[in-house]
Amino acid sequence: MTTTSKTVYISSRDSEKIKSVRRRQEVTSKGFIYGLLIVCALIFVLPLIVMVSTSLKSYTEINKYPPSFLPDNVVTTNFEEAWNYENTQFPRWTFNTVFIIVATVPGVVLSSALCAYGFARLKFPGRNIWFILVLASLMLPSQVTLIPLYILFYKIGWLNTFAPLIVPAWFGGGAINIFLLRQFFMQIPRELDEAAIIDGAGHLTIWWRIYLPLARPALISVTLLTILGIWNDFLNPFIYLSNPDNFTLALGLNLFRSYFPQLARTDYIMAISTLMVLPMIVMFLLAQRYIVQGFVTSGIKG
Amino acid sequence: MAAVVSKPPKNKRSPTFWRDTLRGYLFIMPVVLGLLIWTFGPMLASAYYSLTNYKIIGVPEFIGLQNYTDLFQDKAFIQSLSVTVRFGIMFVIFSQIVGLGLAVLLTQKVRGLTVFRTIFYLPIIVPAAASAVLWKYLYNKEFGPIDSVLQAFGLKAINWLGSPESALFALVIMSVWASAVTTIIYVAGLQNIPEDLIDSAKIDGANGFRRFWYITIPMLSPTIFFNVVTGVIGAFQFFVPAFIMTAGGPAKSTYFYNYNLYEKAFKWLEMGYASAMAWVLFAIIIVMTLFIFRSSPLWVYYEGEVRT
Repeated sequence: MTTTSKTVYISSRDSEKIKSVRRRQEVTSKGFIYGLLIVCALIFVLPLIVMVSTSLKSYTEINKYPPSFLPDNVVTTNFEEAWNYENTQFPRWTFNTVFIIVATVPGVVLSSALCAYGFARLKFPGRNIWFILVLASLMLPSQVTLIPLYILFYKIGWLNTFAPLIVPAWFGGGAINIFLLRQFFMQIPRELDEAAIIDGAGHLTIWWRIYLPLARPALISVTLLTILGIWNDFLNPFIYLSNPDNFTLALGLNLFRSYFPQLARTDYIMAISTLMVLPMIVMFLLAQRYIVQGFVTSGIKG
Repeated sequence: MAAVVSKPPKNKRSPTFWRDTLRGYLFIMPVVLGLLIWTFGPMLASAYYSLTNYKIIGVPEFIGLQNYTDLFQDKAFIQSLSVTVRFGIMFVIFSQIVGLGLAVLLTQKVRGLTVFRTIFYLPIIVPAAASAVLWKYLYNKEFGPIDSVLQAFGLKAINWLGSPESALFALVIMSVWASAVTTIIYVAGLQNIPEDLIDSAKIDGANGFRRFWYITIPMLSPTIFFNVVTGVIGAFQFFVPAFIMTAGGPAKSTYFYNYNLYEKAFKWLEMGYASAMAWVLFAIIIVMTLFIFRSSPLWVYYEGEVRT
């Protein structure tokens, strides 16, 4: 029962009518879709709007009930006051977080790309076994290794330093990243490296000169996901860092909110939260494509 | 690498065999060392610690399987397991419904979807600590916006995080909001369904609901499978919101497995006991994954497979 065979027997006036009914149906269904999208989008974005709007409210306004949706008077002093609040070190905590990122990202990118090339392009005995082991390690919950690693870091004096957060990343940069880059490398046509080999290039040269440049989008994904992961990580720094001088932003925010058990300065807490979320929002808006692609590749195919 | 080198060479091996082997291992050296140092070594240590009484100061004292037998008589352990399982079930169900629903909306053929995608994906970039602090305020009974909206509609205010009946569910809602990854993966899954399949169903006169139920869902089942497994694993890793928002309370109603493990290890320094908990957790995850995987032939459809 196809639509075309039907219209043959229908006069042109009737077909016009059918078309207009169809169009109207399409318009209503499109309206319905947009309606749903807008309602859901509002629900989803509301918590973040509340965060920003609360950070712009005055102290008297946040203690009013019911709370206003948008601030009556926009107050921007909260940011400065919260940032410089006594017994906090937000500039330092930001620096620490950025420092860990800068020290970790090259390790993740270089070491995962190196391993991914080995798994994607080189033939040697044991390659598949090691690749399976890499993938299997994804199944292992981090809690199993957490305690021995803590004890190890305790014994070699790495507690309260950034080393436990940085050094392991230089060893392969995470199974998921190796997998993601290997997938990408396998799609690169082999003729390219064969031509290079004829020209006398070694694999390290091919990796550096051909594969890394061609894999730029995947490398950007890995970089951005690593930055996001470190910026947002709470548990690892929380376990390894106990001296407030060494805190990251996530730990700093947690310490800061503990100064106000009854939510007395929600304006301050939301101001710091906003400042902490903002760089990630900017990064997401600028590079959404790469971040989403990273999640998809590591998700769907993994 | 010593093991590789000591193998007796075979005649058929290419002249570059040893060079290729060496080169291969040089390339994957970082992850080989990484797995040995940061994964397999610690796994062995953890397995050993789980059989000991070890308080970090002093030496581990071997006690056999006592930690494991103690676990199942430990009320806190049972409670944390039950909290985690209940949370896991609710979270997996709700996040699939919301994630799939949003993904369906986000793959309609209408203009301007990129803006909506950005909005729905945004929660993934919010740090767990920030979203915990934010939702703690949203749920607040005295100043919180959620209760004030409820009251504006003439409904009763709920003591979200303050009462054992609602605290866990409050964390479920928050987690569904935060799990935009589910939506992202469903969107990708939906985009991978060949369009001609849907079109031919349309021509055969299948309505929207039937197309969704008989084509979209079966084609999407590997994605659903993946999301369910990661959702279950996520429930057992759940920590930050329970720590920041509820501290496991009230009345241990949000005392998650991972929170319990964290407290045993780093508050009470019961390293042996906590290691046993970690291995039980690993066993639970394996059993759950196998269970979902085994049941998958019933409901997961892989393209190219012939059903009789």
